[in-house]
Amino acid sequence: MKVLRYFVVALDSIRANKLRSSLTMLGIIIGVAAVLTTMGIGSGAAASITQQIESQGTNLLSVSPTGGGSTLTMGDAEALSDRSLHPALLTVVPEYTASATLTNGSSESQTQVVGVLPAYAPVRNLEAAAGRFFSEEEAEANQRVVVLGDTVAADLFAVAAEALNQQVRINGEPFQVIGVLKKSGSAGFGGPDSRAYVPIGVAQGRLFNAPRYRGDYTITAMSIQADGTRMEEAERQTELTLRLRHRLGPNDDNDFSIFNQASLLELAGEVTATLTVFLGSIGAISLLVGGIGIMNIMLVSVTERTREIGLRKAVGAHDSDILLQFLIESLVLATIGGLIGMGISFGLAFAVGRIPNFTFAVIIEPQALLLALGVSSASGFIFGIYPAMRATRLDPIEALRFE
Amino acid sequence: MSDYSSENGGAAPVIEIRDLTKTYLMGQTEVHALRGVSLTICEGEYVAIVGASGSGKSTLMNMIGLLDRSTSGSYRIRGEEVSRLSRNRMADLRNREIGFVFQSFNLLARTSARRQVQLPLFYAGVSERQSARRAVEALQRVGLGDRVDHRPDELSGGQQQRVAIARALVNNPSLLLADEPTGALDSKTGEELLALFDDLHRQGMTLVVVTHDDHVAHRAERIVTLRDGVILSDEPVRERASSTPIANRTNALAAGDGQPA
Repeated sequence: MKVLRYFVVALDSIRANKLRSSLTMLGIIIGVAAVLTTMGIGSGAAASITQQIESQGTNLLSVSPTGGGSTLTMGDAEALSDRSLHPALLTVVPEYTASATLTNGSSESQTQVVGVLPAYAPVRNLEAAAGRFFSEEEAEANQRVVVLGDTVAADLFAVAAEALNQQVRINGEPFQVIGVLKKSGSAGFGGPDSRAYVPIGVAQGRLFNAPRYRGDYTITAMSIQADGTRMEEAERQTELTLRLRHRLGPNDDNDFSIFNQASLLELAGEVTATLTVFLGSIGAISLLVGGIGIMNIMLVSVTERTREIGLRKAVGAHDSDILLQFLIESLVLATIGGLIGMGISFGLAFAVGRIPNFTFAVIIEPQALLLALGVSSASGFIFGIYPAMRATRLDPIEALRFE
Repeated sequence: MSDYSSENGGAAPVIEIRDLTKTYLMGQTEVHALRGVSLTICEGEYVAIVGASGSGKSTLMNMIGLLDRSTSGSYRIRGEEVSRLSRNRMADLRNREIGFVFQSFNLLARTSARRQVQLPLFYAGVSERQSARRAVEALQRVGLGDRVDHRPDELSGGQQQRVAIARALVNNPSLLLADEPTGALDSKTGEELLALFDDLHRQGMTLVVVTHDDHVAHRAERIVTLRDGVILSDEPVRERASSTPIANRTNALAAGDGQPA
């Protein structure tokens, strides 16, 4: 197989000119490392977002009021709890959320206080790190007990775990801390870490004096755990009941919105896919630049090796021999560069993985590897064609400069 | 003009050139580099081609070496008409029939002597194993059997030129074509190289040396002198120079005492 022997020639030539070869490869190395790392960041972010959404349960529906003034009431939640009318809904938990000031001595924290029922904890996958969530009885009796999120507990007490069984004041009212939640890890605003949970009756009554609608306490949201295999049905049943109870005509818009974790997941997927394509195309541009770099240096190399080419022709090389030699050389260079770039991106992914508390890992997927290697080899081939043709066209007499 | 070789006791001709002309176009003007050259070189001959620059000797050498095509006339190598062959056929013939030795050696950088010598065999399609063996044999033939794995920067100028000669010989060509072979060597190594040519000549190799150095030319047994694109004279050397003491050498050699580029 004659073509295989050119790989030997190419490797000889690469080995004989280490500096030139490594400079040629540099563009491809950086390009491939950039593509793989950015796409890895994209995949890692996607995986992290997906995992966060899934940790809250994909069979979750959130209902919240839209427009001015809440028309969502405790009565709505009770009506939806009727299993015979809403077979696809498993658990319905009303929420009443408002902002309040929590104090422990001189420590103070402005916090979202959420009034809920005990069923909220399993529906939202909340687990106590210390103590427990409040019970049915405590909720029924409107007892002043509170469960703190990790961040809130840490704000009010130097060490989160010390909060248990202490008293905190919420808007001046004393509450007993009966539980501290596990750190959920979902960073940023709105996660359970930065919230405090009290029985809903306490929130609507004594704490915030919630407005009433048709004689019923209003709520700010509803969490519904539905049958995961009947999500569409669950959404339809919820919508139908709420429209009936809110006496909306056939032409009226909903005065509430239903949020589905699954559709959120889909949306997040779309966003991260776009992000990955965007990052990947930036990387692809650097690969293109790398390919042009290969062409540049191969062109210089052809000029520099004029005599070598002349000699090879003098001792019997065909035009096709010279063409293949240079083409394969640039192909081999680009492929080696691609492999080194892969190594670097794996190194980066590993290094990022070692950073403690970093929100997500860099995930390099096999398809991305194949793509990067394929593209770098192809760019070596494509950008090698022109220099190789230049080499082929050299006149051996000129090249050798006889006399 | 009498053709010397026709008197040369019946050896088979390697090269037969008849009325060869070559015209270049340089800008608007035509340059007649060769204006009708006829030359026959037979097997085992040792011929020097001499002439001032512009005499056409380089053009003739390119023709003989199958690196260029003539404008008109006929050129046969071992009886095969070559003046109208395709580029690839010319490359094949160069590979098989002609061994080149250049003034500046033209070795590949950072490549072992054995690999240099294997180069023509690579293009001849000889298997790696066989070509490695033949390369070592060729290096032994020029006295470099112990330098097989040395690279050019580890060899002296004379040794580098020997590597080039081994490379020229390795595919058993019909003709060794040397262009100012001693031009880049000091006089002592130049002398050694000419002695090697003498050896090859005694072994029956056909040698053509293009030179402007009288001393080098007089080591051959026949001198062809060109001027203005025609052969001025073509005669046997009556008194061949042999290993002359260095002190008596013409200063022409010393002028080319450079290192390879």
